[in-house]
Order: sequence, then structure tokens, then C-alpha cells
Amino acid sequence: MKAIAEVTPAAADAAPEQEWRPPSYWPFVVPALVVVLAVIVFPWVFTIWMSLNEWKVGSPTTFVGFANYLRMPNDPRFVEAVGHTLLYTALSVLLPLILGTFAAVVFHAKFPGRGFLRGVFIMPMMATPVAIALVWTMMFHPQLGILNYLLSLVGLPPQLWVFHPGTVIPSLVLVETWQWTPLVMLIVLGGLAAIPTEPYESAQIDGASVWQVFRYITLPLITPFLFIAGMIRMIDAVKSFDIIFAITQGGPGSASETINLYLYSVAFIYYDLGYGSAIAVIFFLLIVAMAALMLHLRQRTMWTEIGSGA
Amino acid sequence: MKNHLISRRSVLAGTAAAGALSLTGFPARAAEPQWKKYAGTKLEVILAKGPRGDNFQKNIKEFTELTGIQVESEQIPEQQQRQKAVIELASGKPSFDVVHLSYHVQKRQFEKAGWLADISGYMKDPNLTAPDLVESDFSAGGLQYAKNDKGQMHSLPWSVDYFILYYNKELFQKKGVAVPKTFDEMVAAAEKLTDAKEGTFGFVGRGLRNANMTLWTNFFLNAGGEFLDAKGGILTDGPEAIEATKLYQTLLTKVAPPGVAGFNWMESMASFTQGRSAMWIDGVGWAPPLEDPAASRVVGKVGYTVVPKGSKGQYSATYGDGIGIAAASKNKEAAYLLCQWAVSKKQGARLLQAGGGVPFRNSVLNDPEIQAGVKMPKEWLQSVIDSAKISKLGLPVIIPVAEFRDLVGAALTSTLAGADPATELKKAHEQFRPILERSEKA
Repeated sequence: MKAIAEVTPAAADAAPEQEWRPPSYWPFVVPALVVVLAVIVFPWVFTIWMSLNEWKVGSPTTFVGFANYLRMPNDPRFVEAVGHTLLYTALSVLLPLILGTFAAVVFHAKFPGRGFLRGVFIMPMMATPVAIALVWTMMFHPQLGILNYLLSLVGLPPQLWVFHPGTVIPSLVLVETWQWTPLVMLIVLGGLAAIPTEPYESAQIDGASVWQVFRYITLPLITPFLFIAGMIRMIDAVKSFDIIFAITQGGPGSASETINLYLYSVAFIYYDLGYGSAIAVIFFLLIVAMAALMLHLRQRTMWTEIGSGA
Repeated sequence: MKNHLISRRSVLAGTAAAGALSLTGFPARAAEPQWKKYAGTKLEVILAKGPRGDNFQKNIKEFTELTGIQVESEQIPEQQQRQKAVIELASGKPSFDVVHLSYHVQKRQFEKAGWLADISGYMKDPNLTAPDLVESDFSAGGLQYAKNDKGQMHSLPWSVDYFILYYNKELFQKKGVAVPKTFDEMVAAAEKLTDAKEGTFGFVGRGLRNANMTLWTNFFLNAGGEFLDAKGGILTDGPEAIEATKLYQTLLTKVAPPGVAGFNWMESMASFTQGRSAMWIDGVGWAPPLEDPAASRVVGKVGYTVVPKGSKGQYSATYGDGIGIAAASKNKEAAYLLCQWAVSKKQGARLLQAGGGVPFRNSVLNDPEIQAGVKMPKEWLQSVIDSAKISKLGLPVIIPVAEFRDLVGAALTSTLAGADPATELKKAHEQFRPILERSEKA
């Protein structure tokens, strides 16, 4: 009570001076504001402006309204690229999530050399994607690559991997999965460390099997973490460029051309900046929509899992 | 300073001397250009990485000694160099005076945008141009590339790339196969040379989208194909294109190593230098690595010859690069001297002798002394000389070359996975036509 009594008069004193005056902090906001305007807002506004113009390097620009946007549905390469992007993203979110969760459960158990092995396991994540891509390209080589040699050891016929339109996306996802499973594992390991031990003890007393423990205790409790991992993976995968570009450049033909690669070709090889900008805008909206969906789903799992648990 | 002033007496004396010379019946040998006039100027040059760029940078000191002009140059990998050049030129204030350009990709684009300076006037000015540099010395293909539709020169043709047939003599002997003279013979030979169990194949070449167009056009031209009709419309869905694509499909699926759909020149060359493929059609510039014992297992066993004859003729698909001056450059005369030096006989001879490229200038290619100094096998030189006689531009001269190569190239790659040539070509054609129309309308 005493504290309140002391505060009240001070507040009363301040009241007459409440007429508006520039807040004293706002000069300090200006630098950040300028930077945000210059590097985020301006490029975006400019991109949208370009997307409304026929803007080709070397020719005069003309305003064409939404013509660039209307080109997209009738552009088979763009439509195919959307399909490739969705397939590629779905696979390279799901596989690392499944394998990463499995790896996290394995590495959560205590066994000798665990720290060292964990270190080894996360090494792919640290490597440069382009360097990885070059190594994998050699491994994928149908005649000289090691993958077909390994297949031959177990009696399987040689595959064409990234050199066939039918297998190129799964093969690329293999590289993506190899590189990013450790990230999922790290996130899930963090989640596992936060789970209380009591549910496990009672499950043990009730005689639950290993699978039941995983399915009914571990999995629900780490779901929020899986969503975070899934979201990070999704945003990464949908934008993936380096691995695809370095291994296949979108080929064979255009079988692995994602929106990102097509966008690059349109803007920087065909120099069609207007159409390229329009694709970039749509691509951005797609990412935002997917991220919003994930956030929404995550919000719901938070309520049901943590909310009801607490 | 005094000797720069022209007195009436010296003019009279000069005129008299010139008259006397012409009277002797020998061709009047004009004086060398005033090399030193622009001493102290500084030039910036942007080069594509490769043997031309190397040859340029290695000997640039000679140019500086000759002219007193300082040259800063950088070599950038081809794809990035093309991008950088276009973006800077489009900005109107390029950071370079002199640019190395790929004609087969950039000619029409540069021409339509007016990025390069007109050098026709300089070429007629004896103060700027050495007497041996004349238009007629460049091959027809080179002039076609360098001139715009008004006949003005906007660059100097530097180095030409003909496609030739490389073959492995050892494999040919082992199977008792003769060097093919026609495509039909080539397919038959390739079938005999293919032995999948041993991992050797009859033919290898580019399957990768975009890159593969440069191989396919050899088949297309020899089937009687033309890229554009009289109105500038594209013609890549006709019977010639279908014939070429069927040949392409046969070669790359039946007698080529697995995975060839992803091969660019590098992978093709690897297969050839490992002795796993018996024939390879690609640019003339690969002889040095094929004959390098550190990089190749087929040194001394490689045969070189012109691309075999097709149903309607025999051409060598030709590509090339040139060197030009940015229209925005403030040092155009000095830059012109540099371009002239880059394509000079001496520099051209060095390029040819090392096998790093083939100059567009006939006086270099046909000079017996220069020929004698060529370090590559005689057959290679002969294939170059023979190709020059049947040279024909390997890509249409249009702005959207990259789109063209991507779209038709993707169609070709699809046929390697079993798609029907006619359907795929039709599809690519439908996609490409509006792009071409838009580019010419702008």
C-alpha cells in the first residue's frame, strides 16, 4: 500500500505535462527505420512496381498492369515449377522430420561415445551446400559414381539418379535430407530434454511397450518442437536453390526446375525483370501463406498439448 | 611538340612521296597507326574466362609497351561475365571500356540495345588501323556476327568455335570401323562400337538442357534446317527439326553412356578422355585437354574430322566471340587500338598455335608459317580448315537466345526419356513463339 501511495502523487504531478511532445526516444529509432525502409520496404515496393511493367534489360519499360501476373497460369514452365516446388518441399520436410525424430530418440538415450557421435551426426549441416552438391554429383554419376557401386553390391540394378526426370527430385531430396536431418534432430533433442520423467516412470509401471511410450508420451510432448522444425525446414526447402542449381540446374530438361530456379532464369538469364518480379511476388505470397498455415497449426497444438497439460 | 605541327612543306613532301610510291606499282603501304597517340590512357576490360582471356592477359604488357596505354582487365566465368556485362551496359555507365562478348548468345541483344560503339569509321582511318586489318580478312561468319543490319561494324571478331567430330582411333581399330562420312554411317559405327558390358559406348555429347542445342544444331543444319523464315519467325518444329531430333534421340539413348541427359561438355569430355566413348561432337577448342597426358588417357589416339554429312548437306555449326567497345566509353579510340591488338595476327597466331581458339582472320589461319607452329596434331588443324569452308551459324540471331536454348533444349532432353520428338518440338515451339515475337516488338 505504501508503494502505491508514493507513486500516485508523482503520477498526478506528471499529468499536466501529458500534452503531446515528441517522445525523447524517437531520434534513436530513425537509423533503424531508415535501414528497414531502404533494405526491406523499398526493394519490395520497387519489385511490385517492376512486376507491373514490361521491364526487359536493354529495352524501354512500359506499364502493363497485371499482364505479367496473367502470364503465369498460361506459362507451362511456371505451372510445372510450382508442382516441382511443392513436391520437393513436401518430401524435404517430411523425410528429415521422420529421420530427425528417430535420430533424436536414439541420441537421447545414454550410451558411451554419445557426445562424439552426436558431433559426427551434425557435421553435414556445417558443410557448404555447393561443395556438398559437387560431391553428390560425383556420387550420383551413373557410370563412375559410388552409389551405383553400392547398389551393385546388394544386387540392385544401376539407377540414373539425377539424370532421369522420374528420379531427379527424390535424388535431390536425398541430399537435402542428408544435410538437414541433423537440424531437426537438434531441435527435437532440445524438446526431449525438456520432457519431465514422471510420465515415463508411470508408463513403465503400467507396462507400456517401447512403441507405446513413444507414440503416446514422447510424440505428443515433442509435437510443438516438431512444428518449429517443420516450419524452419519448410521455409528453407521451398527456397532451396544452391543444391538444385549446382547438381542439375533444374534438369534433366526442366524436371527439377522449382519456382526459385525458374525465377532466376527469367530475371537474370532472360533479363525479363518484369515477369521475374511478378513471379517473385507470387512466390513470396506462397511462402507467407505456407508459414501462416504452419503457425496456425502450431498455435493449435500448443493449446491442446501444453495448455491442457499445464 | 614542334614535330606535331604540320607545315605546308611537309604536306607537300608527303604527297609527293605517296605519289612516287603509287607510281612504283607496289601497293601503297600506308604508315602504321599512331600507336602512341593515346599514351597514358587507362582502359578497363571485362573478359570471359578461358584461353582467349588467358592469351590476352599474358601478353598485355606488349600492348602497353607499344602504346603506353594502361590496361586493367579481369576474367570472369562465362555465365557471370555475360550477366555482368549486360547489367552494366543496361545501366548506361559500364565500369569497362572494352567487352568480350559471345556472339551466338548476345549479338542481337547488344545490337538492338545499341550498347556497342560503331567502329566502321575507325577501321577506315589509317591513323588508327594497321594496314593488314581489313574487313575482307575476317571469315564470312565473323562478319555476319560483327556487323549490324546496316552493315556497320560494332565489334571485331575474335575467335570462332566450329563443331568437329572427335573419335578414338584405338576403339575404331579394335572393332574394325571406318571413320564415318555421313550420319547414317555414324549411327552404324556407333552401334558397332557400343559394348555396354565393357562400359564403352559409340557416341557421347551434350544432353543437358540448353547446352545440348549446340550439338543438335549440327544435325538440324545438315538436315537442311534454317532457324528463321523470311519474316523472322522461328522454324524449329518442321520436318528438318524432327529428323534432327530423331537422330539426336537415337544417338543419345541407344549408343551413349547412361545419364547422358545430364551431360554438358565437361562430362562428355570426361567420358571421351577416359576412353569410354568412341565419338564425340563438340567445339574445336578441346584438343589441348585431350592431348594432355595429365588429363587424358587417349593422348595420341584421338582422330579429328569434320562433322559428317546429313541428308541435305554438310555444315559445321559455328559459334564465336568478339571484342567490342562500350558505346558509353570515353576512350573509344584507345579502346579500339586495344581491340585491334587483341585480334592482331600475332595474338591470333599464339591462340591458334596453343589450340586455345581459332581466329576469324583468314590471314592467320592460312599462313603456312603460323600453321607450322601449331602444337596440336595436324589432323586437328585440318579439321579446323575444312570446317571453316562449311561454316554456318549454329544458333538463330535473335534476342531471346537463352530462352530458345532452354525451351528447345528441354524438349530434346525429354526425348531422351522417351518422349516423342514431334510432340515435344511442337510444345517448345508454341512456348517460344510468343517470346520471340515479344522480343522483336519491344
